[in-house]
Amino acid sequence: MSLISTLARLEAVDSGRAQPLATVRHRHLTDGPLVLVPLTTAGEAGAPLGALVGTDRAAPRLLAVAQPRDRDLRFAFLAELAEAVLPHIESYADVVEPAERSEVDPGTGKKVKVEVELCADAAQLIVPSRAGIDFVRLLGRSMRFRRTAEDDPDTPYPAPARVPLLGRWMTHYGERARVPGSSLLLAATDLLNRHWATGQSSLEDQHLGALLAWVDPPDGEPGAAAALRAELERDRDGQLVCPPAGPATDPAFDNRLLAPAIERYDRARAALAAAEDALDADTRLGELSGAEREIRSLLAGVLLPTWDAVWRGIDLLRELPEGTRAEDRWTRDRWSFTAHRDRVRAGEPPQPRRDDAVTAAQKLAARETAQAQLDAQEALDDPLVLAGRRLAGEAFIGEVTEVEMAYSESKRPSPRPLVTVRTDERPHLGERTKVYRSLDGRPQTAEFVGYATEDAGHAEPEGTVHLVLRITDRMGRSKEPAPGSVPEPGDRIAWTLFEHDQRGGPKLPDPEDTPWTHGGPPGAAGGGHAEQPDPVTAEDIL
Amino acid sequence: MLATALGSPAAFGQSQFAFVRGNAFEAKVKADGGTELLRLLVERLGGGAEAAAVAAVPDLTAAGPEGRAARTALALREATAAGSWTLLDHPMLALEVAGSPAYLEPDAVVVHPDGTWTVVEIKSFPMIDSSADAAKVGAAARQSAVYVLALERVAAMTEGAEVGHRVLLVCPKDFSNLPTASVVDVRKQRAVTSRQLTRLTRVEDIADALPEGTTFDPGCSAEELGTAVESVPAAYAPECLAACELAFHCRAKARAEGAVEALGRSVRGELGGLTTVAGVLAAAAGKEGDPADPTVAALRRAAALRAEALAGVDGGVPCH
Repeated sequence: MSLISTLARLEAVDSGRAQPLATVRHRHLTDGPLVLVPLTTAGEAGAPLGALVGTDRAAPRLLAVAQPRDRDLRFAFLAELAEAVLPHIESYADVVEPAERSEVDPGTGKKVKVEVELCADAAQLIVPSRAGIDFVRLLGRSMRFRRTAEDDPDTPYPAPARVPLLGRWMTHYGERARVPGSSLLLAATDLLNRHWATGQSSLEDQHLGALLAWVDPPDGEPGAAAALRAELERDRDGQLVCPPAGPATDPAFDNRLLAPAIERYDRARAALAAAEDALDADTRLGELSGAEREIRSLLAGVLLPTWDAVWRGIDLLRELPEGTRAEDRWTRDRWSFTAHRDRVRAGEPPQPRRDDAVTAAQKLAARETAQAQLDAQEALDDPLVLAGRRLAGEAFIGEVTEVEMAYSESKRPSPRPLVTVRTDERPHLGERTKVYRSLDGRPQTAEFVGYATEDAGHAEPEGTVHLVLRITDRMGRSKEPAPGSVPEPGDRIAWTLFEHDQRGGPKLPDPEDTPWTHGGPPGAAGGGHAEQPDPVTAEDIL
Repeated sequence: MLATALGSPAAFGQSQFAFVRGNAFEAKVKADGGTELLRLLVERLGGGAEAAAVAAVPDLTAAGPEGRAARTALALREATAAGSWTLLDHPMLALEVAGSPAYLEPDAVVVHPDGTWTVVEIKSFPMIDSSADAAKVGAAARQSAVYVLALERVAAMTEGAEVGHRVLLVCPKDFSNLPTASVVDVRKQRAVTSRQLTRLTRVEDIADALPEGTTFDPGCSAEELGTAVESVPAAYAPECLAACELAFHCRAKARAEGAVEALGRSVRGELGGLTTVAGVLAAAAGKEGDPADPTVAALRRAAALRAEALAGVDGGVPCH
């Protein structure tokens, strides 16, 4: 945590409500995000308990598993989840716009522009918390290797038709969520924490209810008191008024309400199986569906507060104007979405259990580039983020006091104007350190020349320095700089010591040129073996 | 109970679903006299040794924790002398913590024919594609390290015995209920725990420092208990919330005092000598503090930059 955000937290403690950490929204929000609030069975790895899902806050779709240990019921849940999520994803897959991508021509080895499709928008998924993102990954992993009866008629326990496909999409979303600044799969807590500092620690900020209590306290109640209620308040039955945002449930809910309800359901099912005649079966069936309804209403009771909280968080975020460069990052998300759509349509196998060395290296490099890009873009979009970088000496704002024309020493001299900037900040500048400013949205480079001696005539406030910078690019091709491309005296300009655009590192060599120590041949041969589905056992739940 | 009586109850508890699953998994792993467990152990730690088809599983029942600990020590000595594979199911170990004995019950300890003792920890979180949740594995490693320390006390008195610093963590494989295992090296956790144990203030010393007549009887009034708890010094940090039942009480106290640690341990480090929220804010606002102090100077700059950026939202700093 930087000092400036620590200060924001302390201000939040003092004022009793969260303080802004950003003046614009740094994550793109689509017009119709799909909100998913999942619950899981305590102690089980792949046994979802229920979920609320939908794009309309007034009409969530409730999915529930009456007996999480029953494989058929779990499959029914996943099939229903696929029916709730996949149409949403697919509705974005067919709306495309033409785009260009540079590819290396295999014949000539030159870069050529290729016309490709780019989805005009992408499906956005929002879950309550980071644990929810992990759960999406887990569900993805549990589903993508499943075989349906169509894939393999002999497979034991075939999965419903669209479940493996949902697994592949969820895996893609879960993987994309690890790229800094991406917005395909977001957690409400992360979104709120990026934009507000609460008066509690970052550990406590993972509690969605407590976090909202700070950001938007009810009726002017101090944030700390409202957060405490969200954390601990229980009703007469000992149930949390603000249930955990999942996927884990509160043990008191499991033990006092859910376990007895599941037991009643099991009894009703056993009774139905033992029914002797049609009339008897009819009554028993009624009891069974009654027991099922009870479980559904219990789950709805603990899911709805979280559902509302996620939407409240989205409302709060929509009040902030979107940062200019967030759109740029969303375009990258759209590329990622389109690429996965193409892989699915091309009939490629599901993502492997483990990435090979080359893919892993590429992913890591891409994430590092994305992180650096995110840091730069957020600072350029938001003076409050820039303030943090200025405090760290990585950027400064100064007023131009003097511009002196100068030229490079070459056969065709190009303009290299010297700009004197007055600032009271202390950037970490060394000889020829490059600094950048944004000129019509594109970076202009200058290099640090030295400190100017101050005029004796002016009484400067203490701590003010004069920096001389030499502008080196973006002034056009002619001898005279293009109009507007050189700062003028009186301009107040923000300079950064970090680059505005991030170039990825050098490209990795082709697989055939990669030595075996780094995952290349021999043997790799493009991952010749297909991933096998997980082995299933007669009873796969303990 | 004490936390509830103080008016700051903490929610700790285990879901019966998780409890049932944990027990069922452990029973499955140890079924058939531990054949499967031993197979996993030999596969991961055997070093080419042949698995014994059947391990000896001595009976460890005895009266009371001391009795069980003594029985366990005896069984360990016998097994080491016998030089055969032996599985101790839920042995009882004693370890001195802050001057008073604590009794520990590992899931299992296996004695190798060469006299090595290996701690086995059985957990019900899954190992998916051979990797498990790092936080949970870390917790299991710390837990096992304590068992290793306790075993070392017994091994010191047993000829030919050595405690393995690599413990076997057994978890369900992927989404199934089949066990799989991984070797966890706990040397680091063992060293940390060992150091912490030697540094702990002895319970008697804490008790001696308390005022005469201090009681923690939950039957007393919240006020009396508050005074009693306050007489024991505690350093609250947000990490306490996950581990201690009194954490909410300590948090309320820390917040009331305006302690900056309530926002996280790292915050304290950043703020140098300033320890209270009010003190930091006053220093940042230029009302207090020595401007020559680098922390104060940095705070003032941070406050000025933050105010400038926030004021510029409507007026606009025309930087870009």
